Amino acid sequence: MCGIVGLYLKNDKYESQLGALFSPMLIAMTDRGPDSAGFAIYGDEVGDDWLKITLRHADINYDWNALSEGIKHSLDAEVIWFKNDRVAVFKVQADEKAIIAYLEQNASDADILSTGKSIEILKEVGLAQNISDSFNLPAMKGTHIIGHTRMATESAVTMAGSHPFSTGEDLCLVHNGSLSNHNGLREVLEDAGIKFKTENDSEVAAGYFAHQLQTGKTLAEALDSALEDLDGFFTFAIGTKNGFAVMRDPIACKPAVIAETDDYVAMASEYQALTTLPGIENAKVWEPEAATLYVWERNS
Amino acid sequence: MKTIDLTENTVTDLNQALHAQAVELTEADWTVINPKGAHNLAVGLDEALNIDIKGPTGYYAAGMNKKANITIHGNAGQGVAENMMSGIVRVTGNASQCSGATAHGGLLVIEGDAGARCGISMKGVDIVVKGSVGHMSCFMGQAGSLVVCGDAGDTLGDSLYEVHIYVKGTVKSLGADCIEKEMREEHIQELQGLLEKAGVDEDPKSFKRYGSARQLYNFQVDKASAY
Repeated sequence: MCGIVGLYLKNDKYESQLGALFSPMLIAMTDRGPDSAGFAIYGDEVGDDWLKITLRHADINYDWNALSEGIKHSLDAEVIWFKNDRVAVFKVQADEKAIIAYLEQNASDADILSTGKSIEILKEVGLAQNISDSFNLPAMKGTHIIGHTRMATESAVTMAGSHPFSTGEDLCLVHNGSLSNHNGLREVLEDAGIKFKTENDSEVAAGYFAHQLQTGKTLAEALDSALEDLDGFFTFAIGTKNGFAVMRDPIACKPAVIAETDDYVAMASEYQALTTLPGIENAKVWEPEAATLYVWERNS
Repeated sequence: MKTIDLTENTVTDLNQALHAQAVELTEADWTVINPKGAHNLAVGLDEALNIDIKGPTGYYAAGMNKKANITIHGNAGQGVAENMMSGIVRVTGNASQCSGATAHGGLLVIEGDAGARCGISMKGVDIVVKGSVGHMSCFMGQAGSLVVCGDAGDTLGDSLYEVHIYVKGTVKSLGADCIEKEMREEHIQELQGLLEKAGVDEDPKSFKRYGSARQLYNFQVDKASAY
């Protein structure tokens, strides 16, 4: 059992309150997942020739400034960065491959949690309340956010097993359920060049989508293939740079409820997580159907 | 009438107060405010109480109900009125999956849509859904009636025993051993009675009836592929 939540804003009305609206949603799902929690927030987009990277180091006193200076000098690139607890968000005006290569050589003990133009992934082992507090989630702004509270079943309670999992640039996934064929699928994906850090089944789902998208499929096509290739129970919430998607397996075992108003779409494992949203009393509330892809995208 | 506010009381407080009425009936009319999707509201009742829950409920609301008349003014989560024995449960909004699961008796009315597995393994309850029902509804249904004024999802009535199923709209697909059957006068009468009891204004003649072909009651190896 895990809890998943997502909040996607359809206009800019609540953008400055995104974190404040989302924090109680994440905390409401603590009963479903007390082992670790995390979220992927979209906003504060960087320009075309920039890359935004979320990095995490186990040492809270890690010298991010030294890393920033190193990137500046080695890549002759502009760097803007800020620290949030054990995580640092780096905005770098350079090519992604060059940045990743530099990090692999010079900061291999720092984990890359996400890369893209807009996404920031923040996650830790522990209760959702603590994670919301330590990252100051209520103060965060943005356009959409998805989160996860984990009750570990298929693999250990570790930082590496925490959701959300990044599945490519500006793409991430949270999963409630369990996959039965993840070991076999992991081997197939490893042969195709996808790297895995854990024995976690959801990481395999993330790797699966990364691979599907690398082969040129759209998100909708990749999700369609997943219905064939993933064996097990799943409710997925997926974030992209401009969009938000929800999909359940063909049996629809794992719970999901969606609420929609003129201003937002919210999704959660249980309705309890939605009760603090503005105008929820008059929202359209329904249960997404099995094996059906629900997608919302902003054009801007 | 007594009002219980769930921002000031726990779910256990509520259920214990309602259970106490089965020992000595002192108050028949109850209102529950601020349910906010909490689980297990008004479960296991055993007295003819009238209960209005003003807002959406979480899992298993009104489960195992006996005699009570419970109205949920909003949406209901999974397993509303599961294993109900008697009484009436009404949901004014939508209901999640497994509504009325295994219920033995009474009447469940869902004024919106019901999710997947509505009436799964039902054993005598009457369920009336004004909207549509999701996939695998009435799976292994044994007794009672399921009335759907909208549409039914995939594999309706799979492995059905003796539930009478009436659907006004379309059925996406029928499950194993579930077939469309002739709507005779006795069925129109039965459906008319169910619609009236549920307070739903529909013409019973506009419904189709589905039931068991009775080919899979007992396992026969030569029919294994049908399961």
